Amino acid sequence: MAKELLKGNIAMAEAAVRAGVQAYFGYPITPQTELLEWMSERLPALGRTFLQAESEVAAINMLYGAACTGARVMTSSSSPGISLMMEGLSYIAGTEVPVVLIDVMRGGPGLGNIAPSQGDYNQIVHGGGHGDYHPIVLAPSSVQEAIDLTVLAFDLAEKYRTIAFVIADGNIGQMMEPAELPPMRPLRTEYPDWAVRGAMGREHRFLSSIYIEPKDEEVTNYRLMQVWNRIQENEVRYREYYLDDAEIVVVGFGTAGRIALSAVRNARAQGVKVGLLRPITLSPFPFEELEKISNQAQKLLVVEMNSGQMLEDVQRAIKGRIPVEFYGRMGGMVPFPDEILSEILRINQEDIPLTGDPRQRWMKRFAAVINWKN
Amino acid sequence: MVTTTAPVQVVYQRPKSLSDTPTHYCPGCTHGIAHRLIAEVMDEMGIRERAIGVAPVGCSVFAYNYFTCDFVEAAHGRAPAMATGIKRVLPDRVVFTYQGDGDMASIGMSEIVHAAGRGENITVIFINNAIYGMTGGQMAPTTLPGQQTTSSPHGRDVETMGFPMKMAELLSQLDGAGYVVRRSLHDPKNIRMAKKAIRLAFETQVHGLGFSMVELLSTCNTNWGVSVLEAMQWLKDHMLPMYPIGDYKVSPALENIKV
Repeated sequence: MAKELLKGNIAMAEAAVRAGVQAYFGYPITPQTELLEWMSERLPALGRTFLQAESEVAAINMLYGAACTGARVMTSSSSPGISLMMEGLSYIAGTEVPVVLIDVMRGGPGLGNIAPSQGDYNQIVHGGGHGDYHPIVLAPSSVQEAIDLTVLAFDLAEKYRTIAFVIADGNIGQMMEPAELPPMRPLRTEYPDWAVRGAMGREHRFLSSIYIEPKDEEVTNYRLMQVWNRIQENEVRYREYYLDDAEIVVVGFGTAGRIALSAVRNARAQGVKVGLLRPITLSPFPFEELEKISNQAQKLLVVEMNSGQMLEDVQRAIKGRIPVEFYGRMGGMVPFPDEILSEILRINQEDIPLTGDPRQRWMKRFAAVINWKN
Repeated sequence: MVTTTAPVQVVYQRPKSLSDTPTHYCPGCTHGIAHRLIAEVMDEMGIRERAIGVAPVGCSVFAYNYFTCDFVEAAHGRAPAMATGIKRVLPDRVVFTYQGDGDMASIGMSEIVHAAGRGENITVIFINNAIYGMTGGQMAPTTLPGQQTTSSPHGRDVETMGFPMKMAELLSQLDGAGYVVRRSLHDPKNIRMAKKAIRLAFETQVHGLGFSMVELLSTCNTNWGVSVLEAMQWLKDHMLPMYPIGDYKVSPALENIKV
């Protein structure tokens, strides 16, 4: 199929349609609404299920019900809506039914704004809902990657009977780029042996997240952790740029990673030996790759569109072997390549301490950027 | 002594849709009656194999153990949303929720109103016993004015705690509702009327006539702190005046359905 000019939200929606999504439940929220609108036209035309729910709370529970039938299902939202879905997500995780969610992140906390942000890293990667569970989290940095990861999300969710997130931001959702859509896959005709579809000629089944005996719930938690271990072993994904001889390595995902790549190229043009690691799976996180980098590179710069949520995972991987610096923009602000370039050039010149808190150092430097007056 | 030679005839047995599992319900609780009525209706309509139940959070959280049809277990109050998701994907299945008053009329008010408003082709069995049972007798949205509970120890004061929610009346106002009635489980006559209503509610769904709900006035002798018989009398004396038995919305198309 040829490349066409596609808007991120619509590209992800159409990718899901072609991946064989059978039901979509959602609620309007900027900056993801085009995704819902696209589904409202496409799915009924194809004889599939689209329903605009009365709230994100209802949408996630409709999704939960539909997922229990073994159908390929998804929802999408943006940060405040994802917050509302956390209850349902915990139930879905506890019931071990596969679902796909797309989060087109926006500035927060609270109502915040509708500008691009990466502020949902913690609420998605590190939980949000109650109890122990680990979703798969994929972070695209282009419209093409958003398409590819949406398709992958369905396959991974079903392979592991788990939650798979695609977390984009307002940038990826709203911008248009040339990209290629996958061919249309046929809809599934066979259903897994756990699916609740009516007890026709078989014993009745039930799906639930309730394990009233703590020892049974403990066993369930252990099973979930075993699945998570398999995911960690097999599904780590990332992209490396110019790492072979890199003395400085920038780490960033999604839009921040993409902007960082421009800065890295500019720095390379100035003779700085800098590379980029762009995690594609934020969960499972590329801990091993970062550990390897910490044995080769001399300094690290983490760039995010939040106050350093992934930074803590990077530090966990680096374990203080090399100095780490941080640069973030928050609340819907997007860094310019030049801001990251000047950080790279500064780090190239300065001695960065191994100890101390990179977030605190960033806050001191950052006060000037936002004209902060005490 | 007179002996009979008439052949043995089974006149009463466990419905096939009801599992052979002892329930966890308190002795005297009307949940058992409601379960049995649903199972009898499923048997009579021959829908067990295509029925999917959605259990709530509350005393009937384990309802899935007591039926032999497929079941899922919803989050508190979200059963109508979960049922919607199932029904939209499998429109030829018979999907029903079983919900208490805390689940449906308090935390799940949004989900039930919108399911009814959409005319979602699901059936809701609503157990109204004017109290939270599972958590130990707190005030529910359906608790009567003046009724003492563990969270309204001096009686429900409508000035500060508001008025009871009349769910059948409320949902019957919505255009999507095909069949919305209130029945009671306090005596045999009313139990028979309740069964007929449950049948009509499932018929409403099978015939695609929209949302159906049967509100069943029920007892909670344990948390009301009375004997089983006193509970039946209390329901009759206090709940019936507040929650009149009646047909609040009956789709005209149901007149042609004989049960």
